[in-house]
Amino acid sequence: MALDKIGIAKRIAQELRNGWYVNLGIGIPTLVANYIPEGIEVEFQSENGVLGMGPFPFEGEEDADLINAGKQTITTLPGASFFDSAESFAMIRGQHVQLTVLGAMEVSQNGDIANWKIPGKMVKGMGGAMDLVASADNIIVAMMHSNKAGESKLLINCTLPLTGVGCVKKVVTELAVLEIIDGAFHLIERAPGVSVEEIVSKTEGLLIVPEFVPEMQL
Amino acid sequence: MDKVVANVSVALDGIEDGMTLMLGGFGLCGIPENSILELVKKGKKNLTCISNNAGVDGFGLGLLLESKQIKKMISSYVGENDEFERQMLSGELEVDLIPQGSLAERCRAGGAGIPAFYTPAGFGTEVAEGKEMRTYNGKPHILETALTADFAIVKAWKGDTAGNLIYKASARNFNPLMAMAGKITIAEVEELVPAGTLDPNQIHTPGIFVQRIFQGKAFEKRIEQRTVRKKD
Repeated sequence: MALDKIGIAKRIAQELRNGWYVNLGIGIPTLVANYIPEGIEVEFQSENGVLGMGPFPFEGEEDADLINAGKQTITTLPGASFFDSAESFAMIRGQHVQLTVLGAMEVSQNGDIANWKIPGKMVKGMGGAMDLVASADNIIVAMMHSNKAGESKLLINCTLPLTGVGCVKKVVTELAVLEIIDGAFHLIERAPGVSVEEIVSKTEGLLIVPEFVPEMQL
Repeated sequence: MDKVVANVSVALDGIEDGMTLMLGGFGLCGIPENSILELVKKGKKNLTCISNNAGVDGFGLGLLLESKQIKKMISSYVGENDEFERQMLSGELEVDLIPQGSLAERCRAGGAGIPAFYTPAGFGTEVAEGKEMRTYNGKPHILETALTADFAIVKAWKGDTAGNLIYKASARNFNPLMAMAGKITIAEVEELVPAGTLDPNQIHTPGIFVQRIFQGKAFEKRIEQRTVRKKD
């Protein structure tokens, strides 16, 4: 069966390693923070100037001066720090953040990503996405395999305006875990009960399928 | 050196039609609320506003959009605002969208006397169009230029009469960078204290960057997305 959003978040959480600083985008990526594997210690960075982000505050304890990049009220954990926006992007550009997880509208087989603009529709802006994808060493995209019209989001070439080129290393969808190596998607794992045929049929870009594709262990 | 001005109206003296302003804040967090209300009152038009976001309908920079005082916005993300969308789609409002890290660094560079810098952000995208490109360490970068403003308007938690500022939590964001990049920098603070009261070890923005400081009134500090969890 295909995963739900929580399943995608749980699978991505398995990628976390001890001691990493991690930037989570809005949407499914935010959920990853709820499923940190036991024995793993990570710190979450929010590009508006917070390191050591904690959970949402208890009712009545919200602080208007303490928000995340999605403008949601948050808390901090022991060891947290605050800094300005230039220092925040110094952390990102300077590759001090080990993992970036973000959503996408399209990903191409050479690792291009489009997630900020649909021509003809209201343009809201790229926020920090272009800085994040241009600099992060390790980028995981969390997204659904197909768009609402049923078209594959894993493409030969992106059709929408790009956010970054050749930067995505791994994609986790409701159907599969895929790695991008040398201009092709490589099928690494499939969601429990999902067939390789279904993944092949829903992937437009070049897909390399090994003889044996293990199921995700969630 | 005493940087204190009597009130917000005096603080904004000299802002004229067509000027470029920087306004600190991320979303509605750490925005100079008092100054924005006063800008609406003063009614100066054709302003270019450099601010990470554009407020929401009825609050923050959304107020200056409603009164049609802004000619151009330079921002990284401008969601959450119907009036903004209407003016942008009708062509009344010019909009320059910049990656957030580049926007922050362009303000910092403006204040630091660095005219331009190379960054990988935006390479291969429409942001790179018309910009110089150069490869460093095997990776392509684009040239981004510094930003300065006629006036930078920032908001701090505490400030002293010498213009030293301390920000609170994530309300710091763009404020220290813009404070550096204004020809005249105006700081509105929640608490104004005599020089010598704040610990010099704890100052975020040294007073050299601030020309005018005043204590703001009745900060609303509106929350854009109130997210909470229940106590078990």
